[in-house]
Amino acid sequence: MITIPYLTALSTYFSYGLLFAFGQFRDFFRKIFDWWQASNLQGYAPICLGLEDFYIRRLYLRIQDCFGRPIASAPDAWFDVVERYSNDNNKTLKRTEKISRCLNLGSYNYLGFAAADEYCTPRVIDSLNRFSASTCSTRVDGGTTTLHKELEDCVANFVGKPAAVVFGMGYVTNSAILPVIIGKGGLIISDSLNHNSIVNGARGSGATIRVFQHNTPSHLEKVLREQIAEGQPRTHRPWKKIIVVVEGIYSMEGELCKLPEIVTVCKKYKAYVYLDEAHSIGAVGKTGRGVCELLGVDTADVDIMMGTFTKSFGSCGGYIAGSKELIQYLKYTCPAHLYATSISPPAAQQIISSIKVILGEDGSSRGAQKLARIRENSNFFRSELQKMGFEVLGDNDSPVMPIMLYNPAKIPAFSRECLKQNIAVVTVAFPATPLLLARARICISASHTKEDLLKALEVISQVGDLVGIKYFPAEPKKQLQHQEQQPGKDTIKLE
Amino acid sequence: MDCSPVKTAILGGWAKHKLNSTPDPSVCVVALQVAMESAALNFVNTTLNWVTLALDAPAARAVVFGVHIGGHLFVEVLLLVVILFLLSQKSYKPPKRPLTKKEIDELCDEWVPESLTPPITEEMQSEPPVLESAAGPHAIVNGKEVVNFASANYLGFIGHEKLRDSCTFALEKYGVGSCGPRGFYGTIDVHLDCEAKIANFLGTTDSILYSYGLSTMFSAIPCFCKKGDIIVVDEGVHWGIQNGLYLSRSTIVYFKHNDMESLEKTLEKITAKNQRAKKLRRYIVVEAVYQNSGQIAPLDKIIKLKEKYRFRVLLDESNSIGVLGHSGRGLTEYCRVPIEKIDIVTASMGHALATEGGFCTGSARVIDHQRLSSSGYVFSASLPPYLASAAITAIDVLEQNPDLTSKLKENIAILWKGLSDVQGLSIASNPESPIVFLRLEKSTGSVKGDLQLLEDLANRALKEASVFVVVSKRSTVDKCPLPVGIRMFVSAAHSECDLLKACSSLKKVAGVVLKDHICA
Repeated sequence: MITIPYLTALSTYFSYGLLFAFGQFRDFFRKIFDWWQASNLQGYAPICLGLEDFYIRRLYLRIQDCFGRPIASAPDAWFDVVERYSNDNNKTLKRTEKISRCLNLGSYNYLGFAAADEYCTPRVIDSLNRFSASTCSTRVDGGTTTLHKELEDCVANFVGKPAAVVFGMGYVTNSAILPVIIGKGGLIISDSLNHNSIVNGARGSGATIRVFQHNTPSHLEKVLREQIAEGQPRTHRPWKKIIVVVEGIYSMEGELCKLPEIVTVCKKYKAYVYLDEAHSIGAVGKTGRGVCELLGVDTADVDIMMGTFTKSFGSCGGYIAGSKELIQYLKYTCPAHLYATSISPPAAQQIISSIKVILGEDGSSRGAQKLARIRENSNFFRSELQKMGFEVLGDNDSPVMPIMLYNPAKIPAFSRECLKQNIAVVTVAFPATPLLLARARICISASHTKEDLLKALEVISQVGDLVGIKYFPAEPKKQLQHQEQQPGKDTIKLE
Repeated sequence: MDCSPVKTAILGGWAKHKLNSTPDPSVCVVALQVAMESAALNFVNTTLNWVTLALDAPAARAVVFGVHIGGHLFVEVLLLVVILFLLSQKSYKPPKRPLTKKEIDELCDEWVPESLTPPITEEMQSEPPVLESAAGPHAIVNGKEVVNFASANYLGFIGHEKLRDSCTFALEKYGVGSCGPRGFYGTIDVHLDCEAKIANFLGTTDSILYSYGLSTMFSAIPCFCKKGDIIVVDEGVHWGIQNGLYLSRSTIVYFKHNDMESLEKTLEKITAKNQRAKKLRRYIVVEAVYQNSGQIAPLDKIIKLKEKYRFRVLLDESNSIGVLGHSGRGLTEYCRVPIEKIDIVTASMGHALATEGGFCTGSARVIDHQRLSSSGYVFSASLPPYLASAAITAIDVLEQNPDLTSKLKENIAILWKGLSDVQGLSIASNPESPIVFLRLEKSTGSVKGDLQLLEDLANRALKEASVFVVVSKRSTVDKCPLPVGIRMFVSAAHSECDLLKACSSLKKVAGVVLKDHICA
């Protein structure tokens, strides 16, 4: 639950209103100017109409330098950010040769496998020499190597399911699996804050889509009861099958899914559960096996488990794990398996090696150390930030922590001020989040040391004072002067 | 005007008189009736007075023929009101009764879902052959060395030492993954260098890198095509394009595979139907070398049609980059069409350039728009940096050795000559396409039967003759109507004796397997 102070909500609306008004003003002048100059489209309709890219042209371009910052080294705990400059008020940004070494609080590097690793990298280079960078063919043609088979067995073992299939990209995994297992006549019930890849896959499948309130099992039950009783729209025939799609950790909120309750509800109403563990596999749980291990859910109860290797394993690609029949069927019909190039062999080797490290099969205890460190780091950082008075979302143990900013002017202010002090943070605004709820998102890694975290806390505290985002009262030790009201009587609750 | 007190007084007086004179029960009743009547009349008159006062209607004040209109008017108005009320009443509907909790419980208990997957049949259980080495022109399958025609390794870059060196350097510097989407510190300098290199190579202003070949088309199309737009597309395009078209929710019209007359007729029909072209965006989507059939699209004719009917062209050059044109710049060079005339060019780098991923190139406006609204770019992690540096090296090597494309052309010609007299199979692809597509001359009648026969042929070729060819497979969600066949991907790294061996083995195996299906 996010509570905005009344005054902040008003000022945020006002800021957006002002930006919108200015944008329309400038658009009006541009229209006149264009009409003056003959358009050179010669009868073609313009490729982007009217208000479609209004947000991009008038709002996003002003703060474009906060997004898409290029880096010149591996995305490890400390990395090199390339400096950019602009001659035309942020419309185009040019690279310079200068780089600045910054602390990385934005990359998804939960277990620290992002840079060259002492166990993984030699093996990766070996497989590069043996199998080359790509197989240039699809899995069913000539793209299955012994490495791919080993990888699938390894993943199935790690996740705790009988079989698994691996694809070269996590986004495509969702978009190409849902159309194959459900079609017209089926129902997909998805959480309201699900990722864009799930939404795309659900749309591409042709099934009916219903949404339930974020992480609320009681509302899910209500929706299920209604839908089963009503049947398909207009014909009222019974549904062919129902799939409920949830995520392990929601990347914009940092909170864990209420998996045990959702699984109970789904079992009662005979719906299938599809769990997307993009951010949670490898990062949470005692041995890194994801939310099922953390929340004590038996993996046999979740019908389809999906995940990606980009975050905790430092590689690329996605997987689906399930029963043997499901995987066999997917290998026969899934378009991502039949038409897309198979996953690059060095990337496959990186996944195998990193799983071995996590499970301790490489002979050292680095895996267990990494898991313990990320848990400690996340809990420490979150509690410190909350003590300082920031509004931080997310559950304990989750390595993703968003800090609320709300006001559109604070987004670039926070980002630029932190960069000046060599801390690289990620700020997220509309359309990835609702309009009023802009935030800065911190991703903690196992390769951050205690000193790194203390430095980050110091800088964030300073910048927070400067920008004015400490919405809650700090712990009694310090007295901060900030303009916002204390939350209490006059707050607006948003869910 | 107020006549009610007068009336009441008159009636009251009369009643009193009656009551006083004869204490008769009937008279009392009558008196009561009169009293009620008077009360009613009183009420009616008051209402009427109110109404007339409010409306200031002169009609009510008139006295025609000495009769007070007031009462009449009121009755008529009342009648009108009753009629209107009855007319406006809805026809009888049985009252809505929502389901009770018990009924919903029963329905939920009764409902039985289908199983998640249909039952597994024999053909679903076949496993593809497993490679034990790199997928170069010679590969090791099941311990045996085979001649590999199953990898789209057109320029022979798999195993090339320059690519290997640049990948090793990138792996040591950047690790494997990029750990973030492009907007959040996932943009590494090699990505920007790669985009600039591709744009430079092809002669366009800018390009954008996607992390997967398949997602390039189905992310680029929904960016530019929304509900209401019209897209004319070849019926033989691959699944990535079909999915992109479906997600864009535009109106889709198919034309016959690679048939320019059919295209012209379709364009004519659409332009005639929709005169208001101002806000309607219209696109033609074609592939340069079709994955499903090996045909090459006649780009010069398409450009003429495009300019005549004012459509925009989207071209998928996955199988033609590095192959067509004397320096490998693709279909635009081959057909001598300036690349500025094509609005959007996409390609997958998993074919000639021997890496993974895809790119899209075009004018600056087109590319900039995709950076924020293409879902496969914004919401997905970026391409691993070592693959981007492999792409840069591949383009470098291609620029320095333009004779690779001519070697490839020679190899295709040798294979064509050798396979032109295979019994039972005919070559269905263009003589210049790097995908040689062999179709059954006489079909068995069903797609399943065809597939069975061809699979048998491919398996035998692998086991007995050590030649690795593949059959084109279709997914259940694919809507392509083209026939299936055997696909052979020719590479510039194949030697002449490899190709001759393949031709003779295929002839032998086809003779054995297809002897019932050879037409006289």
